[in-house]
Amino acid sequence: MADTASVVIIGGGIIGCSIAYNLAERGLRDVVLVERQFLAAGSTGRSGAGVRQQWGTEMNCRLARASIKIFEQLEEMLDYPRSIEFKQEGYLILAFTPAEARQFEANVRLQRSLGVPVTLMDARGAKEIVPHLVVDRVVAATFCPEDGHINPFLATDAYARAARRRGVDIRLWTEVTGILVNNGRVKGVHTNRGFIHCPVVVNAAGPYSQLVAAMAGVDIPVYSERHQILVTEPVQPMQGPMVISFHHGFYCQQTPHGSFIMGVGDPHEPKDFDVGHSWQFLEQVCARVRELLPGLLKLHLVRQWSGLYNITPDAQPILGGVPGLEGYWMAVGFSGHGFMLAPITGKIMAQLILGEQPEIDVSMLGLDRFERGELIREPSVV
Amino acid sequence: MLTNPQEVIICRCEDVTLAEIRQLIREGYRSLDELKRLLRCGMGPCQGRTCLPLIAQELAAHGVPIAEQRWPTFRPPTKPVKLELFAREDDPDG
Repeated sequence: MADTASVVIIGGGIIGCSIAYNLAERGLRDVVLVERQFLAAGSTGRSGAGVRQQWGTEMNCRLARASIKIFEQLEEMLDYPRSIEFKQEGYLILAFTPAEARQFEANVRLQRSLGVPVTLMDARGAKEIVPHLVVDRVVAATFCPEDGHINPFLATDAYARAARRRGVDIRLWTEVTGILVNNGRVKGVHTNRGFIHCPVVVNAAGPYSQLVAAMAGVDIPVYSERHQILVTEPVQPMQGPMVISFHHGFYCQQTPHGSFIMGVGDPHEPKDFDVGHSWQFLEQVCARVRELLPGLLKLHLVRQWSGLYNITPDAQPILGGVPGLEGYWMAVGFSGHGFMLAPITGKIMAQLILGEQPEIDVSMLGLDRFERGELIREPSVV
Repeated sequence: MLTNPQEVIICRCEDVTLAEIRQLIREGYRSLDELKRLLRCGMGPCQGRTCLPLIAQELAAHGVPIAEQRWPTFRPPTKPVKLELFAREDDPDG
């Protein structure tokens, strides 16, 4: 018997699961989601899983704000019996140079105009929010109390279970090996477990998005890059907000579980699919901890790992279809902040695929922006 | 001897009980990797040295042969160490 689907979603991270849920919630039947390993095995489950609205472009602010509003009531919306462990105690973002402080002023004006409750403050204000922070060299800081951290495994699980209950067929350990295109139309998806006939395919393959796009003959300007992260032993709650320094490429958050997770960007990281780890990373992170949060040096390191960013030239995602290729959609290139944008992304993608008016006009995030050269680069990335 | 699964701790690092593991297996999860991510068993300081073999037996009892189970990735460090060991006097980034 022929294996058929109305839509095949490629990728079992939170983006794919959110799209699947939103399609099924709108009544679409025969949705199939394929995942090469298990859910959240890729970038979703490897991420720092911070969620923030403090962005430097209007589009990222709007997508992030809409997503946080959904995350705030996700368990109820998805009828999830567990908690997604949303710790909503803010993000404290530090500026270390006058130029950075000026950028922050512009960011705050933009964010406040979009309804984000963010405050600009001096070093003393930052110290009041995170008392164990060394602020000697801090020039300015911004704080938004609605930002925070969510358990990425449980949030993905919540979407997946709600999608399954609405009829979505989630197939684990199913790897896409090809996409059949005929006369400019998607016809189906080849997998290691057979062929699935489908008129619509959605590329939500995270760090492998460029490989999946190429299977449909689509060339997208993204690359994947390793980012490393570590976790400490759990201790009593002592740090409410995520602390971020774009200047150092450093972030540090205490999870509700009590453990601290932290990471640091390294411009020399391999730009391929390597998810290994390095000793140098530990030295780089701990140098930043000694400088900014020295009280944490007494904590024990429990684990280090890494995941992949899927990076676009402007650090904003690519959402939408491709002119001349009917039935191909993508939600890719999230550049390290896909987890936090997943709720609204899934909704918008479902609306686009079903021909509805999207809740937020994302036409400026289409693939054609790179040809037109209309890039607005997101300045606030780690 | 403890016989109530709610009182049997399988993962000592993260306080995960046998009842919690059996509940998720009943709900359809079929791998150590999934159980680890949803319950944290194996994410603690011992990285699953104690609990993962026990959970593998539970999965086997529910129809997933041990030979077909994939072991979660073991991450450095082998034993927890204080972060200060890595904070060198000479900052690697100057």
